Amino acid sequence: MRVSRSERTTNYVILTAFAVFAVYPILSIVVAGLQPDAAAPGGLGNLAQAWEIGRFGSYLRTSVLVSAFVVSVSTVLSILAGFAFGTMRFRGADALFYLMLIGIMMPAEAIVVPLFFDLRAVGLTDTFWAIALPQVAQSVAFGTFWLRAAFRSSSRSVVEAARLDGASTGRILWQVLVPLARPAIVTLVVLTFMWTWNEFLIPLVMVPTNEALRTAPLGLGFFSGQYTQGYALLAAGATIVALPVVVVYLFLQRHFIAGMLEGAVKD
Amino acid sequence: MAARARPAGPPGEPRRIGYLYVLPAFLVYAAFALYPLLKAVYLSLFDWDGLTVGTWVGLSNYQAVLTDERLRGAFAHALVLMVFFAVIPLVVGLVLASVLHRASVRGLGFFRTVVFLPQVVAMVVIAVAWRRIYAPDGTINSVLTAVGLESWTRGWLGEYAFALPAVGLIGTWFESGLVTVLLLAGMARIPRDLFEAARLDGAGAVREFFAVTLPSVRGEIAVALTLTVIAALKTFDLIYMTTSGGPGYTTTVPSYEVYRQAFELGQVGLACTIGVCLTVVIFAISFVITRVGDRVEG
Repeated sequence: MRVSRSERTTNYVILTAFAVFAVYPILSIVVAGLQPDAAAPGGLGNLAQAWEIGRFGSYLRTSVLVSAFVVSVSTVLSILAGFAFGTMRFRGADALFYLMLIGIMMPAEAIVVPLFFDLRAVGLTDTFWAIALPQVAQSVAFGTFWLRAAFRSSSRSVVEAARLDGASTGRILWQVLVPLARPAIVTLVVLTFMWTWNEFLIPLVMVPTNEALRTAPLGLGFFSGQYTQGYALLAAGATIVALPVVVVYLFLQRHFIAGMLEGAVKD
Repeated sequence: MAARARPAGPPGEPRRIGYLYVLPAFLVYAAFALYPLLKAVYLSLFDWDGLTVGTWVGLSNYQAVLTDERLRGAFAHALVLMVFFAVIPLVVGLVLASVLHRASVRGLGFFRTVVFLPQVVAMVVIAVAWRRIYAPDGTINSVLTAVGLESWTRGWLGEYAFALPAVGLIGTWFESGLVTVLLLAGMARIPRDLFEAARLDGAGAVREFFAVTLPSVRGEIAVALTLTVIAALKTFDLIYMTTSGGPGYTTTVPSYEVYRQAFELGQVGLACTIGVCLTVVIFAISFVITRVGDRVEG
């Protein structure tokens, strides 16, 4: 649309100001993480120092393992369930689906307390499973909802053609529908990865004493409480924690934006 | 795949094999989400410290949520945070998106990437960054000192009157980009001739906004409000990392109280009660917003 030159200039000013506002806190932490102070050599050496002193190496390892498990298991389970809900009719399908929808909005705060005491009773607190399985449950709720919509919209004639060729149900899913739904699956994978990586409450509650199982955000939380000798290493640690998701975001930002915005709209 | 069935009819046909495909997902979901939610409702009727045998107390935990000053405060603070997390970002987003939508500016893609960035950064990291900004020797106070407003400097997160708005402002920062991007996408879908018709009728930018833009993005507004209001209600890590509910209990919120009552005070029944109330509030609010959004749209 045609607008005056001054309006256009104003727009650029607004655009820049808002972008600076949005990015300043994040950039400031990256910059602070490279500064030298009493305990920090400065530059990239800070990252190495934080890796050692703050034990971020160990935290990242846990986070990688938890994320890999939650993402792969919940994606496969969501594909299976989304396929059934999206392409088949069976008694109680709607009721089951709505039951799973509850999980999308259910706050972790509500379930984490009973879950902790139940898992403690069977000796599962302070284990990998206590962090991973509740997050699989939450991700599966969203994933089922997300992929049901994707499989529903995929072309019916393709499925029918495959059927006529004598393809089994499993073949139709993995060799016809999954490739067609690839964009939706990639979106699901990156969102699940982000949610799992950034999750704080569940690891905080589920791993009360086992330091080796602290995830990256949890490790940062404890580090910021205990380490008081300066800001540089804390900021370096924060950078390490944020970096993996930000890198994935920079490459696949369309998936992040579309997923987070459409996730609330679909259906 | 294990589910090798005989060739069957087109999708949508009744098929029992559906249960088999749903089963694994449903089992994990039922065991680690649904069952705990029901258990929370059950535990909310007990006075239990997590160790000894609990005592049945009926609804008195719910009564406590309604009468206890600190717990009532937590829900009131959540309401205040909704203003900062949802209302202000909506206003900011509407203004920004409609200004940007009117003129085709270059670099919009880059802009979108940048303002959406806060959404993907772990809240713990965001809290670490903002604690620095709000610190007594932090960014805001340095700026104030530099422009001669030294008397305004303070520990923003440590003072009774300022802590909650200070936390809220982090929420405003966090959600504004999301809302703007969402509204920009909505406005991009408005047919151009609507604007042209409005301009032929002599409508200025403001009239155009109220007559064309605003009615067309009602659906997006409903989505934005749902996302941001729920985010405001689920703010745990931010509070845990910035103020721990203090000073006093001026910044405590329901999700923080769940954690504190259960794992610091050993009031497991009461913690579950707060969790259940929080869930009910979240469901009610998103139901109302979608309903209103639908009605206005339809």
